[in-house]
Amino acid sequence: MIDHASGALEIASAVKAGTVSAVEVARAALFRIGALDAHLGAFTAVTAERALDEAAAVDARVRSGGDPGPLAGVPFAVKNLFDVKGLPTLAGSRINAGHPPAGADAELVRRLNDAGAVLVGALNMGEYAYDFTGENSHYGPSRNPHDPARMSGGSSGGSGTAVAAGFVPLALGSDTNGSIRVPSSFCGLFGLKPTFGRLSREGTFPFCSSLDHLGPLGRSAADLAAAYDAMQEPGAGTPVSPVLGQGAEGLRIAVAGDYFARGGDPAAFEAVATVAEALGARDTVVVPEAARARAAAYVITTAEGGSLHLDRLRTRAADFDPATRDRLMAGAMVPVPWYLQAQRFRRWYHDRVMELFSRVDVILAPATPCTAPPIGQQTMVLDGVEMLVRPNIGIFTQPLSLIGLPVVAVPVRRPGGLPVGVQVVAAPGREDLALRVAADLEAKGVCKAPVARGETSWER
Amino acid sequence: MPDNTFDAEGHVDRMAAALGLTIDPDHRPGVVANMARTAEIARLVTEFPLPDTVELAPAFRPGEESR
Repeated sequence: MIDHASGALEIASAVKAGTVSAVEVARAALFRIGALDAHLGAFTAVTAERALDEAAAVDARVRSGGDPGPLAGVPFAVKNLFDVKGLPTLAGSRINAGHPPAGADAELVRRLNDAGAVLVGALNMGEYAYDFTGENSHYGPSRNPHDPARMSGGSSGGSGTAVAAGFVPLALGSDTNGSIRVPSSFCGLFGLKPTFGRLSREGTFPFCSSLDHLGPLGRSAADLAAAYDAMQEPGAGTPVSPVLGQGAEGLRIAVAGDYFARGGDPAAFEAVATVAEALGARDTVVVPEAARARAAAYVITTAEGGSLHLDRLRTRAADFDPATRDRLMAGAMVPVPWYLQAQRFRRWYHDRVMELFSRVDVILAPATPCTAPPIGQQTMVLDGVEMLVRPNIGIFTQPLSLIGLPVVAVPVRRPGGLPVGVQVVAAPGREDLALRVAADLEAKGVCKAPVARGETSWER
Repeated sequence: MPDNTFDAEGHVDRMAAALGLTIDPDHRPGVVANMARTAEIARLVTEFPLPDTVELAPAFRPGEESR
């Protein structure tokens, strides 16, 4: 039976078999969004008419015996920094609301449509993607379906909320410093940040061109793989879906020690230990100079972001989210030698980490230092040290996206507790290995991403 | 360790003038605090010795359109 908890491939299979129509699936998704999203804040726009038209076209292809695509009838939604024809690309801002509507869809939206998926809307996000919380002063927070008083994580907060709430089985997000992996961790989902440059950014609102990545969030490794395969550059890479069943046997898997083994809550490290034990991973590796890598990512991000928004900061400062504005203004003032040294360090660090991948295939690390904090919380205590929440949620994600490594965030359920994620990290271009490990963990029952049930009052 | 030698307030004032950026007095404390934090974080990178031969990481590929 297909319902709101069904996965993308499950839906596609049923639509192709004709046991459910794409229009029925789309209507059910739109009904659930209409009934429940007011409590959760996932969407900034619902494209109901378009969704029903796309679904009808899929059904027509099924009826005519044509190929409706590998994601036939799968409802999906995109972070609202992706262009959606007819909608202004808000990028979480008030300022962009005055922009003309996009004249065409983003490239990745087109590719998912071509694969038969059905767009149901655009998703809330942290302003201009400069966020780890999922909070937004203009459009409200995207809430965590496991506990709506808590953060979804950002900046792809609406993406995490929408998938964990069962509104859609698949959403697209962007990840500059962790913005796919953080909401995946907080909302208990699988999330893929592919290798830097592997998926097209055409038709998306930029943040930091040196570090911006796009990718999917879903409730299974197979769904991520199917979405990734549908979005890959034609001819650029081998499809990853066919190899998922190979499991993790024979892979050299190590746990990241040192920097990645301190500075978080016990829950974060227990999750890594659980995953490592299931995989039989006993070795530890040290990612060299990870703290400096995080610092370099911070400098590059703030400098490029500040430069990108400089004219808006000159003319419309009061219209920014205050938390974004102050950081972007400071970023615009970063001296050039700091920025260039960070970009040179990036090259040096890349070469050292590549040496690690001559000895291991996959590295495990925490995704976030904690489970989802309450919305609005400003500070937290990690490892006995009080620190600001907003900039420190990404301490374990930033050193990895600095050099564009492919990472799958996998969700570890904690009985009676909130979910928390683990990063499965591979060498550039080896999304297949990270997804194989994620699928293996899922098959072993260690990682799973069920739709959040109405543990609190949002779903009665 | 905080970088006590960095004058965040002076830097913000001089850079704002250089960039033609008017900072509302209500916004200034937040900008200064972020500038001070950025300087402290950047020091981790700038104090790290790198050989002169290490190149910048961003790749510009002539003939290739942006993606």
